[in-house]
Amino acid sequence: MNNLPSSSYLNRPQGIKSWLLTLDHKRIGLLYLFSVMTAFALGGVFAMLILLELLSPGREIIDADTYHQFFTLHGAIMIFLFIIPSIPAILGNFVLPLMIGARDVAFPRLNLASWYVYILGSLFALYSIIAGAVDTGWTFYTPYSVETTTSVISMTLGAFILGFSSIFTGLNFIVTIHKLRAPGMSWFKMPLFVWGLYATAIIQVLATPVLGITLLLLIIERVAGIGIFDPAMGGDPVLYQHFFWFYSHPAVYIMILPGMGIISELISVFSHKKIFGYKAIAFSSLGIAFVSFLVWGHHMFVSGQSELAAMIFSFLTFFVGIPSGIKVFNWVTTMYKGSISLEAPMLYALSFLFLFTIGGLTGIFLGALSVDVHLHDTYFIVAHFHYVMMGGTVMAFLGGLHYWWPKIWGRMYSEKWARVAVALIFVGFNVTFFSQFILGSQGMPRRYYNYLDQYQPLHAFSTFGSWILGLGFIVMAIYLIHSLFKGRPGGANPWGALTFEWTTSSPPPHENFAEIPRVEHGPYDFDRVTAKSTLGETI
Amino acid sequence: MMDTTGSTFLPPGQSTIAGEVDALFNFILYASTVLFAVVIALTIYFVIRYRRRGAVAATSGKDHNIKLEIAWTVIPTILIIIVFIWGFKTYLKMSIVPRDAIEIKVTGQKWFWAFDYPEGVNTVNELVVPVDKPVKLLMSSKDVIHSFFVPNFRIKMDVLPNRYSVTWFEATATGEYNLFCTEFCGTGHSEMIGKVRVVSEREYADWLEAGAVSGEGLSLEEFGAGLYTSKACVTCHSVDGSPGTGPTFKNKYGIRQVMQGGSSVPVDENYLRESILNPNARVVAGYAPVMPTYQGVLKDREIDALIAFIKSLQDSTGNSGE
Repeated sequence: MNNLPSSSYLNRPQGIKSWLLTLDHKRIGLLYLFSVMTAFALGGVFAMLILLELLSPGREIIDADTYHQFFTLHGAIMIFLFIIPSIPAILGNFVLPLMIGARDVAFPRLNLASWYVYILGSLFALYSIIAGAVDTGWTFYTPYSVETTTSVISMTLGAFILGFSSIFTGLNFIVTIHKLRAPGMSWFKMPLFVWGLYATAIIQVLATPVLGITLLLLIIERVAGIGIFDPAMGGDPVLYQHFFWFYSHPAVYIMILPGMGIISELISVFSHKKIFGYKAIAFSSLGIAFVSFLVWGHHMFVSGQSELAAMIFSFLTFFVGIPSGIKVFNWVTTMYKGSISLEAPMLYALSFLFLFTIGGLTGIFLGALSVDVHLHDTYFIVAHFHYVMMGGTVMAFLGGLHYWWPKIWGRMYSEKWARVAVALIFVGFNVTFFSQFILGSQGMPRRYYNYLDQYQPLHAFSTFGSWILGLGFIVMAIYLIHSLFKGRPGGANPWGALTFEWTTSSPPPHENFAEIPRVEHGPYDFDRVTAKSTLGETI
Repeated sequence: MMDTTGSTFLPPGQSTIAGEVDALFNFILYASTVLFAVVIALTIYFVIRYRRRGAVAATSGKDHNIKLEIAWTVIPTILIIIVFIWGFKTYLKMSIVPRDAIEIKVTGQKWFWAFDYPEGVNTVNELVVPVDKPVKLLMSSKDVIHSFFVPNFRIKMDVLPNRYSVTWFEATATGEYNLFCTEFCGTGHSEMIGKVRVVSEREYADWLEAGAVSGEGLSLEEFGAGLYTSKACVTCHSVDGSPGTGPTFKNKYGIRQVMQGGSSVPVDENYLRESILNPNARVVAGYAPVMPTYQGVLKDREIDALIAFIKSLQDSTGNSGE
């Protein structure tokens, strides 16, 4: 039987002030956990309301303008408040220093500042809900966003401020990874989650300023009436699209790369097998990060850009797909002749494999120029995006959350209820979003409040799926909260993993390690090292 | 030309380009289904075959296989190069307008489509074209960005406020097809739906000859009832008293209407005419100033007809003038 350590980062020091002014990366990770999950719940409520409204044509619960505000809030909250900070700021903050054998990140004060900046940006974004919620879609396309009377400024200012939070985290991680690795941890002995965070951080630092500038220009145009994007004032609306996607396409990889890193950890640990193609996975992360800057025009195949530009963007888009494909093959091959156990984190990793593969393959339809003309701005895009972002990133995030949960709190959640939740989420997700692929290719445009009768069955199917999905998340919230009080202690290393974070106690002490660990084996050397699970053989 | 009958995924394709687009769509669909099946079948097989039973089993440290890795890099690369070239070739065809195409001017605005024919005919929300003839659409917007999408023709093109954009199609079957706006444009976005009516060449010539719907032989009121739908008033104004984006037409004529700013005006013929041609001059209290002008879209007789139609929408009890 394991016992919780009497002193850990959770109870030393004590008091609310010690949390709000903490410089401990683990506590900052938890501050992010609570605030980001609140945003996730809020975005989820908007999603449920949108889908309820779409149950049948015409008015169900809300009018058209409210519907437009709800889908904008759903998108903006999920992108800027949830998914971008989710893995890096919650799990990255908590795990990164532990994984590389450091006592903290390189700049603890900057780390805390990033959380306060996140809160400030979130307040601006949420203020827009009270002040006549923005209705432009999360993309804020001009000239609509210049003309609408809703609170575009507060929301874009929020996204602008949130960008700095993202940059702070990215900067901090780059320096931490370069300077604070434990003795003996060469670049190719780093866990792959660290590689994922590293590639992500590079994009965060390089791409986010472009979004900041773009949103600032939009605000200047609205406030000062200087024509930049609005043709009525001599501006160019397509210029806005170029600027916006120059950030927002790489941003998609800010969202998925850390998730891919988690999947590499989970599949190796739960297959008890050395990861196949370590270097291929590490380099493909960097390759994706680089090429991701050169494909933004694929959002604009029907925007009126030149055929030459469309051709180049289409070509490059396909080449960002190859490294993702290589990763999938590597993960599957890792399982070959493994010793596979199917606890909740692995079930999320397998869900990721299933859903992300669909998400990636449907991207090929959209990269192909002639086919994209038909599918652009239909539900096909909505489905594709959710398969990659929710089927990909969110599944990886949940897998990571369950994987590191016993490290964060020292306690295990109910494995039985975790399996129920993962089953509900997997089924609910597919019911909700697979139907949207068919809706879209049949011609149903996105962002429609009302729709033709012919699309009703699939819409209803999708709404039904959202209830299963919602139930899954409610179950998860209940057993996770329950585990904080009643969960049995999991010990230092419940999964028998080999990375550094599992060598210290759960929850870890204030400065992570009693003694800085030394690298004695690679992160996935399951062929020659066996770390015994501290749970015993009960699984 | 190739007609496709439609499938689970695709609606029937009724333009010359649809067959090519669908062929590539289906090629990607089949190829990715095979690829997906292989990945998932292997995953399931490995999970079952190598499932941990009891204690952790020792595993091999083999972590690369150069032949395998080259294969799974090169084969997908070849496949996507095929898809890229195929998609680009068809896209070029979609971009190059045939010389003999009929040119129709398309104007998108909140929230309807207006079409101007070279013969001087104009329509709203109904694009009438001959079958088996290339049609070029020269498009622009009067306000925000819209996008012109006809699923059955597999064409889509953004409609911008500061420049012209062009698309074209050649319909292969007569019938009525949906036209959607696919770029979010505000309150009435999902109501910005029109029809493309494909007719035989002879019918097309007759239709042009008749100057679209002239309303000849109809009373003003009957003519107005038709215009109410065809000129897209229906998108925002109801005739049954229910509120929409704009006020209802029912029982409107003859009352005193309270305006934004607190003034009130009698709803008479001159007010109705002003509201059609210069809609934001005076806006009814509680509504946003979002109606576009119909200046240049409606002829005088059409305005007369719409006013006559609105006047006819009174309850028989006559609870009008106060």
